[in-house]
Amino acid sequence: MKDTITISQQPYSLSLNELPIPDYSVFCKVVTHLLSKEAAHCVNYFAVPDKDSLLFLCLIANDEAHTIDILAHKGGGPLASLTPVIPALHIFEREIHENYGVQFEGHPWLKPVRFARDSNGNSYPMDDYPFYSIDSHELHEVGVGPVHAGVIEPGHFRFLCNGEKVLHLEIQLGYQHRGVEKLMGEGRNGLQRAVCAENIAGDTAVGHSIAHASALEALTGVPLPVNLYLERAIALELERMAMHIGDTAALCTDVAYQLGQVVNESLRTIVINTTQLWCGNRFGKGLIRPFGTHYPLSGELTSRVKKNLKEAMKRFLPMSDRMLSMPSLLARYEGIGIVTREQVVSIGAVGMAARMAGLNRDIRHSHPDEAYRTIHFYPAVRDSGDVMARALLRRMEVEASCQLILDMLTLLEQEKAELPLPDYSLSLPPDSLSFSMVEGWRGEICHTILTDSQGKIRHYKVKDPSLHNWMALTLAVRDQEISDFPVCNKSFNLSYCGHDL
Amino acid sequence: MLNFILVLLSALLIPGIIIRTKSLCSGRKGPGLFQPLRDVRVLLMKGSVISPVTTVIFRIAPSLAMATVITASMLIPMGRQGAVISFAGDFVFFSYLLALGKFFMILAALDTGSSFEGMGANREALYSMLVEPAFLLLMGTFAMFTGYTSFADIFSHLNFGNTFTLIAGIICFYLLIQISMIENSRLPVDDPKTHLELTMVHEVMVLDYSGFDLALVHMATWIKFTMFGALISNSLVPPDWHIAWQILLFLGLQMLFGIMIGLMESFRARNKMMKNPQFILSLTAIAMMAFAMVLIFMNK
Repeated sequence: MKDTITISQQPYSLSLNELPIPDYSVFCKVVTHLLSKEAAHCVNYFAVPDKDSLLFLCLIANDEAHTIDILAHKGGGPLASLTPVIPALHIFEREIHENYGVQFEGHPWLKPVRFARDSNGNSYPMDDYPFYSIDSHELHEVGVGPVHAGVIEPGHFRFLCNGEKVLHLEIQLGYQHRGVEKLMGEGRNGLQRAVCAENIAGDTAVGHSIAHASALEALTGVPLPVNLYLERAIALELERMAMHIGDTAALCTDVAYQLGQVVNESLRTIVINTTQLWCGNRFGKGLIRPFGTHYPLSGELTSRVKKNLKEAMKRFLPMSDRMLSMPSLLARYEGIGIVTREQVVSIGAVGMAARMAGLNRDIRHSHPDEAYRTIHFYPAVRDSGDVMARALLRRMEVEASCQLILDMLTLLEQEKAELPLPDYSLSLPPDSLSFSMVEGWRGEICHTILTDSQGKIRHYKVKDPSLHNWMALTLAVRDQEISDFPVCNKSFNLSYCGHDL
Repeated sequence: MLNFILVLLSALLIPGIIIRTKSLCSGRKGPGLFQPLRDVRVLLMKGSVISPVTTVIFRIAPSLAMATVITASMLIPMGRQGAVISFAGDFVFFSYLLALGKFFMILAALDTGSSFEGMGANREALYSMLVEPAFLLLMGTFAMFTGYTSFADIFSHLNFGNTFTLIAGIICFYLLIQISMIENSRLPVDDPKTHLELTMVHEVMVLDYSGFDLALVHMATWIKFTMFGALISNSLVPPDWHIAWQILLFLGLQMLFGIMIGLMESFRARNKMMKNPQFILSLTAIAMMAFAMVLIFMNK
């Protein structure tokens, strides 16, 4: 019997009965083998309560072979940790440990992911949390947050510093934990779930709602017209453009470059206002719904989108050229916050955080969905791994996204199929598993749905790219000046609520 | 007395001018010229919240800083008007008056026990220490050039008649402007607009101040800024003009100084923190160059 199911297309759905469930030792061997390749990374690894024990599910994607492996094992007792061999799994094992109390023997640090201690004993106050500390008269600790000076999300950063130099950064999140996965699962109707999905991370509303809709659609297998997928992809690229331009502005703010800040901020407004023109919401809330749409993109609207994009790009490119060639800015970006390719591979970083260090990891290219299969796309990659690489990558992705939108709008003109309205009442097949992957602007988003014997949602699992990538920030600021932390942080701009769920 | 009043008067206008210039440069309308004054008025009417862990140093520091700055501004002359206080070697007194105010602000920051304020105090102390030789060398150059050792005498005897002295003058103005930017914690060394605790220098030091005390801190910064502007404007105002024209030209030059600061801050990024000492030391090097130049020129 085969130990894994290997598929080459996503979103994908299968019956849970088809799923091979090997022993844990076999599982470990297969996972270690699959993840030994540089192009492979763990998309998600989580546990689902299954009668008295737990069902563990693991998705492993390979960028070069364009495949996804689905693995599973069952059990309840302590397990040998895989983290010492594959560091990228540390966060998944910690999450399983926190949620279900599974002991991973040999895990270097079963640090809680979202609670001060663990989900069972969360009455412990946060101010009592044992941060990694060092006993020294020369070194000092600086604690920042969870409440920050800017209008940003809460998270605690604990620096161990030698003067102005950062030796170690520990990030403690969880302040935004809202129980999203629980809300997505039990007793909600389809509309409530769709609204919940677009609020998983406010700046990735489109990304998460596409992932949600695709996972549901894969589960039911209802055929939908290709222009619906194209319109979703256009919304996703608009979101990418807006966020990248906004982050470019933020990168300027952090180094006190006023001109770059105000120009990019105003350009971001043009892009998000285009989304507003389309669906009435600047962040695309309400635009993506399962099995259909309320806002078909056509006629007048198409030409307005084209016009706005041209206007934005006409001003973005010269500004970006000027910014990324200005000596006083280059001095702040080049060689700052370097994450090497080796590190990126070992922590299993995804999306921008992988592409800035020379790793070609992009779901749109490696595992394209319906929309991206219709066009030719090759992701932009930088290899220096510093703030400059991330700033340049943003510029390149803005350009690429604009081109993608224009190409897709052309394709859309030939597709005249009537788009259906959203449907929230379709019944789901029983005992099934489906998952979808979407390249949001931060990186790969993965939603997984498991149904029970009545076809109700048994477990809903969300993974935001930030879950992998926070570790990249920690590595980036090592041996850097503490005053460069803000610019490193902004260059990644990771999501707190996407991580905390 | 006239000079003292003029310095205070332009101190009321310069912050508004800088903010307005920066707003216009970024394509915005910006607040009115008197908005900083209105903000300070509100602060002056408020009480201060004082942390219970602090000592008396924290309370007296803003008043002390204000007092030192006001005393220092009395040393600034205008044309032939002379200064309120003037004596040989008063520029050394000026320099250490400002240092005294800063010293107490640094102590007050340490007094709060906050790790951010300690970090800010540490940076501010380093930069002030590094910029001191540049300022003293510059004043020494002026003293040698004119043969006098008080602000009033130096500035009433400065003349940039020939090409050589003009070059020396340009170098000195450049230094004065850069020193004033550092002394007042502005770009490229510090960013007065930032809200990021980890990158702030001066702003993080005064985080614990509120109400009346904060207003004092703000006003002290304005006056300090204006004093450096006044040093530059002074040397450009011809002492033989009619007094009314002198006053007008002086105020005009002060406004120009504000606009220039605004422009300088609009189109560049801030230094990397580790590069700041290097940048400040380079000013000392330039000051030494000016000194040597004048030395050769004077055949001493």
